[in-house]
Amino acid sequence: MSTATSPTLLPDPTFYPSPRLAAQAPPEKLAYVVTIRPEGSGRPDALAVVDVDPASREYGRIVGRLEMPNVGDELHHFGWNACSSALCPYAPHPHVERRFLIVPGLRSSRIYVVDTKPDPRRPHIVKVFEPDEVARKTGYTRPHTVHCGPEGIYLTALGNREGKGPGGVFLLDHDTFEIKGAWERDRGPQYLAYDAWWHLTQDVMLTSEWGTPDLVESGLIPQALMEKRYGHQIHVWDLRRRKHVKALSVGDDDQMVLELRPAHDPNKSYGFVGVVISLKDLSSSVWLWHRTDGDWAIEKVLEIPAEPADPELLPPALKPFSAVPPLVTDIDLSIDDRFLYVSCWGTGEMRQYDVRDPFHPKLTGSVHLGGIVRHTAHPKSGPLNGGPQMVEVSRDGKRVYFTNSLYIPWDVQFYPEGIKGWMVKLDVKPEGGISVNPDFFLEFTDERPHQVRLQGGDASSDSYCFP
Amino acid sequence: MSHAGSWATVALLGAFHGLNPAMGWLFAVGLGLQERRWRAVVSALWPITLGHALSVGAVVLLLGAGGLTLPPRTLRLGAGALLVGFGVFRLLRPGAHFRWVGMRVGFGDLVLWSFLMASAHGAGLMLAPVVLEQLGHGMLIVALHTAAMLMVMAAVALIVYHTLGLGVLRRAWVNIELVWAVALIAAGIATPLLR
Repeated sequence: MSTATSPTLLPDPTFYPSPRLAAQAPPEKLAYVVTIRPEGSGRPDALAVVDVDPASREYGRIVGRLEMPNVGDELHHFGWNACSSALCPYAPHPHVERRFLIVPGLRSSRIYVVDTKPDPRRPHIVKVFEPDEVARKTGYTRPHTVHCGPEGIYLTALGNREGKGPGGVFLLDHDTFEIKGAWERDRGPQYLAYDAWWHLTQDVMLTSEWGTPDLVESGLIPQALMEKRYGHQIHVWDLRRRKHVKALSVGDDDQMVLELRPAHDPNKSYGFVGVVISLKDLSSSVWLWHRTDGDWAIEKVLEIPAEPADPELLPPALKPFSAVPPLVTDIDLSIDDRFLYVSCWGTGEMRQYDVRDPFHPKLTGSVHLGGIVRHTAHPKSGPLNGGPQMVEVSRDGKRVYFTNSLYIPWDVQFYPEGIKGWMVKLDVKPEGGISVNPDFFLEFTDERPHQVRLQGGDASSDSYCFP
Repeated sequence: MSHAGSWATVALLGAFHGLNPAMGWLFAVGLGLQERRWRAVVSALWPITLGHALSVGAVVLLLGAGGLTLPPRTLRLGAGALLVGFGVFRLLRPGAHFRWVGMRVGFGDLVLWSFLMASAHGAGLMLAPVVLEQLGHGMLIVALHTAAMLMVMAAVALIVYHTLGLGVLRRAWVNIELVWAVALIAAGIATPLLR
């Protein structure tokens, strides 16, 4: 087991100075997908390698898999050890490889370091951080998002050892992968955590809010939701001084502020964040944070309404409402900052918006797959359950991949019959519009896929220091 | 080494440092692109040059102070050993790089950044053999080295900003750190031998 690698002579070919250059990257050939076993199966989660090269004989199939050595990790989000931010001019170190995947267990708080070389189809574990070490060195547990930054690898965490807050951010050294400790110097009023990303060249970090472990691990707690105890803010931080700058609220009727998608162009000062549910009408929304005249603000730019439904067709939690909430649980922004993809996990819809004018998104495409009521089929399948969830966009913006499970304790509340896992691909028309690729349909047996990472990078893994 | 040889070495090392993207031209280009004007590239080059000169100047002063207090042979052996040790460290830990977070920088930030970056790379140390040759001309060495560095840095920064574009980084950013480590070791070996 070794994480030591030799420096390269030239920068890793997957590093791009700017999003414009990254959009010219060759199409990905492999995708890495974490898969989760439902509770009680007694079997471990895994990292699956999916062939996404249409020219390959194994296109659309799992061509490698790495079973974790433990049961019950709940693998969730993960990320690369190094990415285009290694070219950033204030701390350049471009002669490293995009090679290791940092794979946290959201439930176990264990973190795996997985080597994808020499054979990218045979990833293997080179290092494991046990939950106790993570908690001891950072004060945090339930690691979530992973981002490669110029001074190390940043991870978010939902809470502490007791299952309470505050959640926050901690750092891994990107050479030795040692845990360097909690990141914050002054967290101000921040307590809840979920996602984090940044405007790297503007020395700005953003974090969002889901809930502390005791609010999420036994399922969505209706009473806590009614009491508005889930997150409803994003936090703006000084990335350089590690200080809280400002909290931006979406109003406490809007609960669970999840995925942060800042513009990739480093000269832009805005980004999008998805909000899962409004207590007023079960709608979901997408908000735009932006800096105008030096001050940060947030406003709603999209609202997706709940759809009326026959209570007979609804899970117990939703029967009283006679409606399906869209449950926007993931969003993704193409590298050229043109199209925003919005996953509606409840209604089973993936939407595409043109966001060149970020204040006024225009709906340019929609496909249905799965859904609590609809169960829309794929051309290669029967009726599907689960719905569009973790979504990833290729660097050239021409292909979109997504999977259908959310989080084990919540899956069962919305899809009590038990989610059957699948992964699909959409084709994107250059001027907008999406369609389900009829040939790509990957079905999982006894396991559920979650986040997708594309070999060489994708729309949510790299940050750029040059426009 | 002849006088002319010494001065040529000082200038060439300045050019070598100027060529290294990590020493500052890339930061200047980044700031220029951030502000979308080439003048921002130029105005970043001054503090970067000043910080580099301060780092090199500090080494020259230290060696000068050593020259006044230590026997020449001890000083040369000590400086040589330091250089070889530093070069070997950089060879063994090639991944070790200067950590800095922040791209919203003013004049003072850039001077500090450049000073720390040059010091962390042992930019001044690399000049030790020549400095010890010409102990009386320390400030002239700093001036010549820095001028050569600035000229190369400015030329590369402006050519990349205006003509080449940043795509060139992907093809031409050779891992200069290895050459750098070897240069440190070579300078270390040369230090006690020259005279």
